[in-house]
Amino acid sequence: MTEWETVIGLEVHCELATATKLFCGCRNAFGDEPNTNVCPVCLGLPGSLPVLNRGAVELAMRLGLALGCEVRPSLFHRKNYFYPDMPKDYQISQYDQPVNVDGVVELADGARIGVERAHLEEDTGKSSHVGGGGRIHEADHSLVDYNRAGVPLVEIVSRPDLRSSEQAKAYVNELRAVLLATGASDARMEEGSMRVDANISVRPVGSSVLGTRCEVKNLNSTRSLARAVDYEARRQIELLSAGEQVLQQTRHWDEADGRTSPLRSKEEAFDYRYFPEPDLVPLSPEPAWQAAVGEALPLLPAARRRRLAAATGAGAASVAMVVERGLDDLVLAALEAGGDPGRLMVHAEHDLAGATGALDATAFAGLTSMEAGGALTATQAKAVLAELVATGGDPEAVAGALGYEALPGEVLAGAVDAAIAANPAAWDRFLAGDAKVAGFFVGQVMKATAGKADGKAVTALLRQRAAS
Amino acid sequence: MAERITTADVVHVAALARLELSADELELFTGQLAAVLDHAADVEALELSEVVPTAHPLPLVNVLRDDVVHRSLDRHEVLDAAPSVEGHRFRVPPVLGEPS
Repeated sequence: MTEWETVIGLEVHCELATATKLFCGCRNAFGDEPNTNVCPVCLGLPGSLPVLNRGAVELAMRLGLALGCEVRPSLFHRKNYFYPDMPKDYQISQYDQPVNVDGVVELADGARIGVERAHLEEDTGKSSHVGGGGRIHEADHSLVDYNRAGVPLVEIVSRPDLRSSEQAKAYVNELRAVLLATGASDARMEEGSMRVDANISVRPVGSSVLGTRCEVKNLNSTRSLARAVDYEARRQIELLSAGEQVLQQTRHWDEADGRTSPLRSKEEAFDYRYFPEPDLVPLSPEPAWQAAVGEALPLLPAARRRRLAAATGAGAASVAMVVERGLDDLVLAALEAGGDPGRLMVHAEHDLAGATGALDATAFAGLTSMEAGGALTATQAKAVLAELVATGGDPEAVAGALGYEALPGEVLAGAVDAAIAANPAAWDRFLAGDAKVAGFFVGQVMKATAGKADGKAVTALLRQRAAS
Repeated sequence: MAERITTADVVHVAALARLELSADELELFTGQLAAVLDHAADVEALELSEVVPTAHPLPLVNVLRDDVVHRSLDRHEVLDAAPSVEGHRFRVPPVLGEPS
């Protein structure tokens, strides 16, 4: 039986976080009253002329640099089509000479996904279809709001480098993290400021030829994306296994049904009759301009992960989680202040999912030092940490206020010796190598010390006694 | 000279433009479009391999404006000019599907 491999390429559209539209000074805002942010340019009125927004260009360049793209001279083209969502009857986009080419998105597990291009274009207006169940071709008529027409977008086109629904999801999450870090977009899928289309095909494992692909639209969350990829791969594998062919199509994902259905046959690129936009001059990102834009770039997620992994020696999954939560700066500062790397990472990953509140790096470091020195048990440390987040302060003072007085070493040793003396049979089993009995002794010592003993310290003492 | 444009090309473009053409019109427009392309052939005949394609007739790049909000048009004024309006939106005829 043939084994199949899924091949996925994603096209991600992101609205840029500018104050104004791409070619006019109308507000770029989500959720305003319909048709209040419109002017002769974005309504396509005769005689109006587009002027390119410097802010949008710089955000696109910033994103390009963040993705390691070559940022190059580029042109704008008119993409002609017949929907009323663009009053000009064309969309201004970049065609064969986009501003950013050849980049990469580095995933948390180290996988590198190629980015073919990230180009600038304008968004379309928003149509709602009235009658016919809201379906475009069955509607009685359509209503159009042009507030979104002309809002700046970047379209980020990946190479067909993704191999599973999980990886597709990870790519979108990573891209979103880069968009947020660069400030290029607020990247909200639920508000439509980030939209994902997936090109999906399958091929026999080992083949280097791409299968016929389908483009799936209407993916409103990363969950929809993953479900649609799995559904579509299964559908194509069933067709091919039955000796049938996959038709190149645009398909619509139905979230409620959990299926895709054909939308329209794929219009060939030349059907859009692209031609250079005569009203806009070329864009040429000179080296000095690029350097200035590049200087404003923050440290990006992949670099932050490498930095944190190097400093703490933690595994990839923990590092990714802590960076995703934005806790890496706190951990690094606490490490600098003498904190215990392993314990800092454990708390950042498991105990600081919400806000870090009043916790500062020094207190965080102090807490892990107390824990490492045996002054606090893991359970006590969690409680102290919660208090530090809620009200701040010094970890020793907080531990004291909570009644977590460190057990003096000789008290603990005395309690351990007493437990051994009182349970000779259990001790013999421990000496014979029955490690499970350690738990019994820890329980005995806990009882004797009213829960103040550290389990690990007790176990260490038991081993010490056994060895002497 | 090879035929520059066929009736099938015109049928295709007409379908994209959602136009229904009669047989007479098809013949007429095929001829007219061929004449336009013949004119382009005059340019093609020139030796231009050393000439860089012109992206734009103006010797300018990077004509930009600052990202500053300007006042938009008044909605009443805009919608008053529309042939049909519903719920402060432009009301348009249904979007036609591809001829199947």
